[in-house]
Amino acid sequence: MMKKIALGLLATAALTMSGLAVADDFKPAIVFDMGGKSDKSFNEAAFNGVEKFKKDTGVDYLEFEVTKVSEREQATERMARKGANIVVAIGFAQADAVEKAATAHPDTKFTIIDMVVDLPNVQSVVFREEQGSFLVGMAAAMASKSGKVGFIGGMDIPLIRKFALGYKEGVLYANPKAEVIENMTGTTPAAWNDPTKGSELAKSQFDRGADVVFAAAGGTGLGVLQSAADEKMLAIGVDSNQNHLHPGTMLTSMLKRVDVAVYNAMMSAKNGTWQSGIQVLGLQEEGVGFSVDEWNKGVLTEDMIATMNKAKADIISGKIKVTNYMDK
Amino acid sequence: MTEGSVKFAAPLKIPGWVNYALIPFINLLAALLISGIVILIIGDSPIVALKVLIYGAFGYPEAVGYTLYYTTNFIFTGLAVAIAFHCGLFNIGAEGQAALGGIGVSLVCLYFDNLPLWLVIPFAMTAAAIFGAAWAYIPAYLQAKRGSHIVITTIMFNFIAASILTYLLVEVLIDPNGQSPESRHFIESTWLPYFHDFIAMPSTPLNISFVYALVLSAGFYFLVWHTRWGYEIRVVGQNETAARYAGISPSKNIILAMVISGALAGFVGINELQGVQHRLILDFTGGYGFVGIAVALMGRNHPIGIFLAALLFGALYQGGSELAFEMKSINKEMVIVIQGLIILFSGALEHMFRPKIEAAYRRFATTQTAEAG
Amino acid sequence: MSEQSPALELRRINKSFGPVHANKDISLSVDRGSIHGIIGENGAGKSTLMSIVYGFYQADSGDIFVNGQSCHIENPQSSIKAGIGMVHQHFMLVDTFTVLENIILGVEGGYRLSEGLAAARNELIRLEKEYALEVNVDAIVGDLPVGLRQRVEILKALYRGAEILILDEPTGVLTPQEADHLFRILDTLRKQGKTVILITHKLREIMAITDNVSVMRRGEMVAHVKTRETNQAALAERMVGRSVLLQVEKKPANPKDTLVSIRNLNYLDADDVPRLKDINLDLKAGEILGIAGVSGNGQSELLEVLGGMLTPTSGSIRFEGRELVGSKAFTARNLRKIGLGHVPEDRHRSGLILSFSANECTILGYHDKPEYNRGLRLDRKSMVETCQSYIQKYDVRPPDPYLKASGFSGGNQQKLVLAREMEQNPDVLLVGQPTRGVDIGAIEFIHKQLIMMRDAGKAILVVSVEIDEVMSIADRIAVMFDGGIVGEIAASEATETRLGLMMAGVRETRPGAKEAV
Repeated sequence: MMKKIALGLLATAALTMSGLAVADDFKPAIVFDMGGKSDKSFNEAAFNGVEKFKKDTGVDYLEFEVTKVSEREQATERMARKGANIVVAIGFAQADAVEKAATAHPDTKFTIIDMVVDLPNVQSVVFREEQGSFLVGMAAAMASKSGKVGFIGGMDIPLIRKFALGYKEGVLYANPKAEVIENMTGTTPAAWNDPTKGSELAKSQFDRGADVVFAAAGGTGLGVLQSAADEKMLAIGVDSNQNHLHPGTMLTSMLKRVDVAVYNAMMSAKNGTWQSGIQVLGLQEEGVGFSVDEWNKGVLTEDMIATMNKAKADIISGKIKVTNYMDK
Repeated sequence: MTEGSVKFAAPLKIPGWVNYALIPFINLLAALLISGIVILIIGDSPIVALKVLIYGAFGYPEAVGYTLYYTTNFIFTGLAVAIAFHCGLFNIGAEGQAALGGIGVSLVCLYFDNLPLWLVIPFAMTAAAIFGAAWAYIPAYLQAKRGSHIVITTIMFNFIAASILTYLLVEVLIDPNGQSPESRHFIESTWLPYFHDFIAMPSTPLNISFVYALVLSAGFYFLVWHTRWGYEIRVVGQNETAARYAGISPSKNIILAMVISGALAGFVGINELQGVQHRLILDFTGGYGFVGIAVALMGRNHPIGIFLAALLFGALYQGGSELAFEMKSINKEMVIVIQGLIILFSGALEHMFRPKIEAAYRRFATTQTAEAG
Repeated sequence: MSEQSPALELRRINKSFGPVHANKDISLSVDRGSIHGIIGENGAGKSTLMSIVYGFYQADSGDIFVNGQSCHIENPQSSIKAGIGMVHQHFMLVDTFTVLENIILGVEGGYRLSEGLAAARNELIRLEKEYALEVNVDAIVGDLPVGLRQRVEILKALYRGAEILILDEPTGVLTPQEADHLFRILDTLRKQGKTVILITHKLREIMAITDNVSVMRRGEMVAHVKTRETNQAALAERMVGRSVLLQVEKKPANPKDTLVSIRNLNYLDADDVPRLKDINLDLKAGEILGIAGVSGNGQSELLEVLGGMLTPTSGSIRFEGRELVGSKAFTARNLRKIGLGHVPEDRHRSGLILSFSANECTILGYHDKPEYNRGLRLDRKSMVETCQSYIQKYDVRPPDPYLKASGFSGGNQQKLVLAREMEQNPDVLLVGQPTRGVDIGAIEFIHKQLIMMRDAGKAILVVSVEIDEVMSIADRIAVMFDGGIVGEIAASEATETRLGLMMAGVRETRPGAKEAV
């Protein structure tokens, strides 16, 4: 019976569709991954970037939030077919979908965040999370009185192990005697969004003597930061600047400028300067970093900042080598 | 002595078209009406939304391809839930059985990929069936021999299945070159043929497992209504005392029905993994097992009903994606609300309008007869 | 009082269900303070009529007067308001609630349950006293025996202010003792000025308790008479439209070999309660063995053990010389194959699948026989043909092999079950409650069929709680009490008194020794 209604409405619907198809010259599109654009973390950072682009240029964009595995392919494919000039896909899980769509639509530009897809019309943006993690690891070691610091990851996947390794190296660089307690929240995507478990893990790390903890766990991290605030311990945020969440107990945040990457991809595509290939965003490119603002003033002391900036220069110059987990 | 029919089935018989077409249609209408009100409240036009939904599901060849691809999964899980229903069992574990079935398919496609396709297909199907069936066998055995309630055990087994899948993907089958917990891709020679390989239509995930689902629907009908095994399953489902009286073993049939159910659910892996994703991934079961319950309920446990209900849900999945694409105010949560309302009205509240509609029909029919007489 | 208008009067009530005219121009007048019987075969339209009075259905035409006032009854609520109460054949009680909670269900009065309960408790205790309806108001209904549950239903109606009480087949589920008690209660009600309408198809009950009786046949009211001016035979004739023989005509039995011999059979249920104690019985070819007894004394378990549904704890059952206990043949399925048919006590619970069509019920238990299968397939055509032939031979109505089992009346359902079991031509036939809830015409037919089987040299075991039935059909009668056999006598020597004593557990004769008690 659906079909009967369908027949009746088809004509009008078709008209509406074709009406939508006539649009401006430049049409960017973004596909968020599962979790959605309001995940207070990775996808939300991307959302902020695309919103900024819209504000600066007045150009509207197409968007889609993936809720089912099968939608990834459908979404990228569809954005391309709807005439998007550039499709920005957020998250490593979309690599397969981007690869297929990019092959089928060689004239459309694709940008994928956090993964490499080797095609002439794909721009792959990956971050050197280990470099940013190294710096906040140093901060953790310097701020710790007990000499024990914690790391709480989200889902146990290579990407998060990359964070963990950089962090550990940073800690040991600043204090070779320091100890790092490491926990992963889980092995399913649910691990990205379990603040309760994050809070539990943080508490158990504090019990074991840690007094600074770094959460690289998406929404789960919110529980970690809260727990630190409750127990008057120090915490380090991730991806976006999360310092404002708990002023006084936030040591700093490890910035991963997904927003900048998304903004730049769209802007360059609009200006005609977009280039395919791999973009590695590290300290040098300001793609990763640490946050200093009014909220962590005094918590992250001037001395620490000076030491971290020195190390940053050394990393950029190659004097300090930070191991990339993926290269191991 | 026509009084015979008076005492027991006093009311006059409600014809099939009321039962199987009119009532579901009114339920669907009610769900759409409420959805429309919600859309109106968030400030959009329900008419446009409905148009987009229907156009997105059936309006162009690609949409149809996607709709039928989702339909395929729902047919598998709908049939799975229905065969258990016929035996009086509520199988909530289709989700987990599908997950296990997918593992079976993947193992064949990963480790027997040197075989030709015509061998890989039956191998993978058998693996899907065996893995899914084995996963259903355990709760069935516990129900039949130990009296552990199957609703509880199958729910638990969904969690265990999800954990097994995650473990395998994170620790064992993960693609060493990849970031995400996924297996490596199956090599192309093991992929199921797509529809667009044969007929002129745009590239969609629709593959030959859709045909397989239709064949299984026919087989389901034959098994349930035209074999002594189906007869026994139905006897047990309708009346266990009568089954014991007739020498039909309830426990044997509980296990049989559940094993068939698990095998049917396992075929989701054929469509999803061998047909579309071409690798083992997390969450490929995507809730199909749960929606299968609604599909079976709405389809009255009959393959034709299940096909129509599966088509409806396939259309909702695909049309829902289209809605999220085309209308900014309708985000993914809104689509879930609409799907939820339809499940609510067609499944859970199925009996809400029934008495009224039946009464109205009787009044109508009685007047008709009176006039005719 | 007799000058007053009748308590209930119906004028020219008509009701059709589609093409079926269930009530045709029914008129009825029920005197206040009387017990009025409505008798008729199953499906004669009695229940439909009473459902109209109680507001379940609405009449197509006709008027209802209560106490001389025209009364528009739309639903059970308006009927209750008019002072009509109904006790249904199948009780409408919540098993897990107490008696008190069940009775105030729907009339709790206010939001605070405790207040309503306290008020109701006092009122109930008053009612129980007034009408001699002793029930513990705090007992859980599920724990009560059937007879007491029925009292709860009566109390429920009285509590709602019923002046006219309709009882639909009230004794169908009762033991004779419980039925007697019910009649005493009805008598008290009558003395207190209540009006009682008793729907039944049992002539004995009509004669025992009613003042007036109305007879229905095929949707029509065919007679109104004063009970003391009529007799059973006359009523029976009115009911069926021809005279029926209440006593079955049969030749003396000619018992031959013992086909089944049961020795020291014991059965403990899941809770280790002994249900069968040292049963010794012989079933002989060409003879009907009747098992009498108040229901619940092990008859059901005996049938289920012999039918292969339960496994005995100890003892021996030999079938044509072959030991069954412990052998592979001792399953319900295999027993059928070696020639043992079983008509179960409760056709709803086990003999039929109500949601299945008649032809599907035809193969229940015999579904793997080659004549119903063609390779993998069930042979639908042969199922329907077989069913059709049973329908013809056993005069099942309506003659529709596709009709769902639930669409047949009780008697016709029983005929379907009997046909299925008898037509397999078993050597031994177990029959539980052959005529429970079956109308007179069908009773006669069923009894004749059983005797024909006996005369064909089959061994038949009949379990029935109806003493009359056992006495009229059996050649030998064994009485069960508390899981054991109290005694065994030849039917020719049985009287109601002798059997009654044995049913109460008084041992009269012991096997081997003859001693009077």
